[in-house]
Amino acid sequence: MSSSLALPNEAVAIAEKRSTKRWANIYAGRARVLFERSFRVVKTSSWPVVLSGFVEPVFYLVAFGSGVGPLIGDVSDGYGHMVSYSVYIAPALLATSAMNGAFYDSTWNVFFKMHYGKTYQAMMATSIGPLDVALGEIGWALLRGLVYAIGFMTIVASLGLVPSLWGILAIPAAVLIAFGFASVGMAITSYLKSFQQMDWVTFWLLPMFLFSGTFYPVSVYPDWITNIVRALPLWQAADLVRCLMLGNISTALLWHVLYFAVMIAVGLSVATRRLTRLFMR
Amino acid sequence: MPDDQIVPRLTLVPNPENQTQMIVAQNLTKVYGDFTAVAGIDFTVAKGESFGLLGPNGAGKSTTMRMITATLQRSGGDLTILDKDPDKFGPQIRAHLGVVPQADNLDTELKVHENLYIYGRYFGLSRKYLTKKIDELLAFAQLEDKRNSKVDQLSGGMKRRLTIARALVNEPEVLLLDEPTTGLDPQARHVLWDRLFRLKEQGVTLVITTHYMDEAEQLCDRLIVMDQGKIMAQGSPASLIAEHSSPEVVEVRFGSDRNAAVAERISHIGDRMDVLPDRILIYAQDGEAALAEIISLGQHPVTSLVRRSSLEDVFLRLTGRTLVD
Ligand SMILES: Nc1ncnc2c1ncn2[C@@H]1O[C@H](COP(=O)(O)OP(=O)(O)OP(=O)(O)O)[C@@H](O)[C@H]1O
Ligand SMILES: [Mg+2]
Repeated sequence: MSSSLALPNEAVAIAEKRSTKRWANIYAGRARVLFERSFRVVKTSSWPVVLSGFVEPVFYLVAFGSGVGPLIGDVSDGYGHMVSYSVYIAPALLATSAMNGAFYDSTWNVFFKMHYGKTYQAMMATSIGPLDVALGEIGWALLRGLVYAIGFMTIVASLGLVPSLWGILAIPAAVLIAFGFASVGMAITSYLKSFQQMDWVTFWLLPMFLFSGTFYPVSVYPDWITNIVRALPLWQAADLVRCLMLGNISTALLWHVLYFAVMIAVGLSVATRRLTRLFMR
Repeated sequence: MPDDQIVPRLTLVPNPENQTQMIVAQNLTKVYGDFTAVAGIDFTVAKGESFGLLGPNGAGKSTTMRMITATLQRSGGDLTILDKDPDKFGPQIRAHLGVVPQADNLDTELKVHENLYIYGRYFGLSRKYLTKKIDELLAFAQLEDKRNSKVDQLSGGMKRRLTIARALVNEPEVLLLDEPTTGLDPQARHVLWDRLFRLKEQGVTLVITTHYMDEAEQLCDRLIVMDQGKIMAQGSPASLIAEHSSPEVVEVRFGSDRNAAVAERISHIGDRMDVLPDRILIYAQDGEAALAEIISLGQHPVTSLVRRSSLEDVFLRLTGRTLVD
């Protein structure tokens, strides 16, 4: 301690390096430190909790695929092929799990760390910036989404539920979906003030899960409802993953990709503009 | 360090114009909705100085602290910290600062040593530097044997010590402590005072809020007394006492039913008098003489005490004795 003050302060030197860069007031280029923190938290947290996000879609697959599937027989995939019920629901379950994980992380988790753990308050007293925190948290949600997607794909592929080799692209698609929901979730969180409002937002995930062509084709609805459902992000996600896993490849898939690119762009730009509201209140 | 060591009183550092100003606040204001928490205050903190913020609950001390740690945006006025505007250079400013918030915000998902490590990483500090620094900080906080504990398993005072140690991880030039010793036992309090004194010797600038007037007298070269978002007085502890109180105080008790009646008869004695339910305080140039005068009037107190005037007397005078919240 006594000698060190004579030396130039290391933390200051590190921060000054960025002072002329763009966004120096909100970004310190250290989002990876948030990964380091999250990794340590996961290492000490209990394995059942870590595994739960991965196990959930598998449970749905077993319950509906093996339980309900035999009662139904084959279903149309909406592109003129008849497939087994398990093959039909597996892609939607992957999309839903990507949505749930990312959205939960960027809403409830962020909100809790903000208002109760005061975790961000402590971070904001250091030379890290709010954009580092946002990127670090979203990045971690994506990494987790990636790991879960790989795990889920390994299981469904080994059960023979992925007819097409294009199915491998379902993994990056799941990450794209997670990115879209994480960005929008974080933007929404910056406006919310109480747990009730939080509940209200996450409440919509369940009906979306049930009615977005997850368990049956949306063609059963009257046309106007079908069109509404097709505009919902989860239908976009489920259809993208399903087309990839079943090999229904066309340029139309790019519309889905564009849909999520817009979600990411809008979500991130709103969240970035409201970063101080999010992390510095 | 032995617990009974007497902490040397800090010497008064003059605040000449040419000295480097670490913090300059002009008309600094914070408004929450239609409530003004800080109502346009002016102050400066010079390099190497230890600067105190005093004031009753809700005076706006923590709000001011958070603005000068570049973690809360001001609503109005000018503020420069190390010659920079915190709105534009938050991370660059905070790299120089060590912050101890009023309420501990340790990372409860991490272990004790990880709290120090990850906090250091937020500053971008290297693993190698931190490995060494963590040992030093754990020794300072006397938490070596709690190294691998979860934060929730620490006592309140231990958490406080860890929060203070954490603030030193980047070897800050300015250390800002919001009620650092609240919840500490006397030993830990004295260890901290000693540590702060040594940091000050090395040139570290200190900004402290406290509700302990002895602590403020002990630690602060200069302080401001705030109330309802405004500055009521400022100066060195000695000059504040000289300006707002008399050198000595006589405390006399006549029994709670008689105090008020006696007070009327002796009200001409001394410079000023406070009549409290349980006792009467007489502020005087010479306490013993004032006490002799009371007795010569035939009033014999049940107990009496002559003492030097303290910062507490100044504080109570400036901010009122009643609890307004
Ligand atoms: N986020 C907030 N929203 C609205 N009002 C606030 C907020 N934070 C503080 N205040 C108000 O601002 C005033 C000053 O609060 P502050 O915490 O600065 O007081 P303080 O001097 O630190 O008090 P204490 O000694 O109790 O810590 C209080 O009236 C408080 O209610
Ligand atoms: Mg306070």
